[in-house]
Amino acid sequence: MPKLAKLDCPDIMKSEESALQVRGLTKRFDRLAVDALDLNVRSGEFYALLGPNGAGKTTTLRMVAGLLRPDAGSVSVLGIDALADPVAAKQITAWVSDEPMIYDKLTPLEYLEFVAGLWGIDPKFSEPSARHLLVSLGLEPHLHERCEGFSKGMRQKVALAGALVHDPRLIILDEPLTGLDAVSARHVKGLLGDRVRSGCTVIMTTHILEVAERMADRIGVIAAGRLVAEGTLTELRQQNGHNDTSLEDMFIALVDTEAAAA
Amino acid sequence: MSSATALSWFARHEIRLAWREWLGMITAGRKGRKRTAIIGLIVFAAIMHLPAYAVIGRFADLEAPLDKSSLIVITATILLAWALMLSQTIESVTRVFYARADLDLIMSSPVRLANVFSVRIAAIALSVIAMALLLSTPFVDVLVFGGGIRWFSAFGVVIAIGLSAAAIAIAVTIVLFRLIGPRRTRLVAQILAAVIGAGFVIALQIAAILSYGTLSRFAVLTSDAAASFAPGSESVVWWPARAALGDGEALLCLLAFGFVLLGTVMAMFSPRFADTATSVSASATPALQGPRTKAFRAGSRQQALLWKEFVLLRRDPWLVSQSLMQLLYLVPPALLLWRSFADSSAALVLVTPVIVMAAGQLAGGLAWLTISGEDAPDLVATVPLPVSRVTRAKIEVVLIAIAVIFAPLVLALALASPLQAAATASGVIIAAASATAIQLWFRVQARRSQFRRRQTSSRLATFAEAFSSIGWAATAVLALALPIAGLISGLLTAGIVAATWKISPRRE
Repeated sequence: MPKLAKLDCPDIMKSEESALQVRGLTKRFDRLAVDALDLNVRSGEFYALLGPNGAGKTTTLRMVAGLLRPDAGSVSVLGIDALADPVAAKQITAWVSDEPMIYDKLTPLEYLEFVAGLWGIDPKFSEPSARHLLVSLGLEPHLHERCEGFSKGMRQKVALAGALVHDPRLIILDEPLTGLDAVSARHVKGLLGDRVRSGCTVIMTTHILEVAERMADRIGVIAAGRLVAEGTLTELRQQNGHNDTSLEDMFIALVDTEAAAA
Repeated sequence: MSSATALSWFARHEIRLAWREWLGMITAGRKGRKRTAIIGLIVFAAIMHLPAYAVIGRFADLEAPLDKSSLIVITATILLAWALMLSQTIESVTRVFYARADLDLIMSSPVRLANVFSVRIAAIALSVIAMALLLSTPFVDVLVFGGGIRWFSAFGVVIAIGLSAAAIAIAVTIVLFRLIGPRRTRLVAQILAAVIGAGFVIALQIAAILSYGTLSRFAVLTSDAAASFAPGSESVVWWPARAALGDGEALLCLLAFGFVLLGTVMAMFSPRFADTATSVSASATPALQGPRTKAFRAGSRQQALLWKEFVLLRRDPWLVSQSLMQLLYLVPPALLLWRSFADSSAALVLVTPVIVMAAGQLAGGLAWLTISGEDAPDLVATVPLPVSRVTRAKIEVVLIAIAVIFAPLVLALALASPLQAAATASGVIIAAASATAIQLWFRVQARRSQFRRRQTSSRLATFAEAFSSIGWAATAVLALALPIAGLISGLLTAGIVAATWKISPRRE
């Protein structure tokens, strides 16, 4: 198994405060899905979590978002123990799944109004923010249409806007670009980049390695429920011994090595 | 592969799917429960012989020639069964069109679509008939044990009416598609299915109330007036009744009629079935405008949840029709209430159990929608609110809806009989609370569009909810007529609810 890359990344000016600290996180279904995973994501960082299908990425993030109770381990979100005080952790966290789950019978604006209401955001702030988000995601012509006729990409954008309307400090996204066309994907990437620049932390799983390569400050590779590599792209390349290797080649090599070890 | 081979292969495929769907419904989709489910089913079927005996046992000795009243009662019972099968088949056909699980695959394959859809139509008929045979078995058994093997012909009648119900349902649904388009057909067909299922009984009850001041539909069927309107004993109208009694000639005619009708419908509509399915899949959901949101509402997080639940219910006419359809059963008691208002008739007491039972059933449906039927479960699970407060908001929606619907009836009752109104109100509250609690204990994650199939998630919850509603309805009416019996009934029903809680999946 390859050694984990060192965490020092002098080229990135990020706070050393942890936005997310996961220790010994374990979850078993029929088989072990997440195996005593340790993960540390710094505040203001864009962190991409990669891994083959069934590696445990989504399970890990669902436990962090409070959607699944871990069998063991701890989760700390910006210093808050998310297992002991889930409500406080949820107040500053947003979750977007790969399958956009929104209400067909609400309009995008009503959906965002509902989400803002759930997070207790003053309408004075949430309404302009909601409109701005929907417009910036290209949904202005559809603000007052019910979501039932929306394509998957449009639904994904509504779900993403919903996740951002309460101004979270930690945004967790599971395959957010699935089903988006090139223009929409660029909108979303721009929006997430803006959030990171304003100090927000983004953790994202993706199968689009080019996105991880271009957007992520650091990349974690997970296989069989364990973190098998982590670091900046440069660090991962150094670790792999080839400075000109693409992320795709490195990813395949890491996953193959892990599969062979198993 | 030859056409015949392809057809038989597709028929096997359909039967396998139907069997697995049925098995999934019985086992709630859980592995390793097949044996338990089958044993449970056998026990249930055995127990069902008792109520079957109570209902139908006294008719086992009936023999031809029958008097007109008996012919009317048997024919009406067969007609009711036919209406229920028709209702069930309309639903099945609609599901075939709208559940596009395999339509894209089938329609893109190089097989003759008319043939494939003929098989599918036959499969729908077969599944409806199989279910009807299963449900009728305890009743026919009782008749066979009491009156001899001639009653086996009743199974033939079930098959015959199943064939004709399937034929009519398919024709009705496809004609609806042509007339009002695929989007409206879904709603109209579902409403039609419910109205056909309930309409016959309700119509008889309304006639009984208007003519005799009672809810009993037998009052109309056995009346002299009905006998005088009925045709002569040799009429074709009585064939189903005669066939059920063992008249082989009538049975053969009925079966032949059923097969010919279904065959004709298959020949006529199979090619159109494909066109219809295509038009459903091709019809994009039009952009429905919501209101132009002027300003976001201020309010608590729970108010936001309440607002969402009410808006979603209000904007989904299909769901509203599905849940409020149960209120159709309130029409006869409401009519009886109105008729008996002046003379406070003894029949008025029958209003109480109907209202209480309807409240329990409606609360169960609404509770499933708000608690289990959550389209954005991840969003609700990540809300910075304790789970208990989210749940409380959802329960509030159910209880508010029940209060809004039933308060006027209870108030009207209070003007006629305050004591009965108090008993009815108590019954409504307890039945609604019990049904909601059962849905809470057995909650599952599902989409709201799966509302029609909510029973499949847990047969136990479905039965518990039904027994609880029936139990509280009986308790309310017995408390008025015979308080001791009411107390016993109440304790038994509370026991059922408590036992349901005990065996429900443990929730955090």
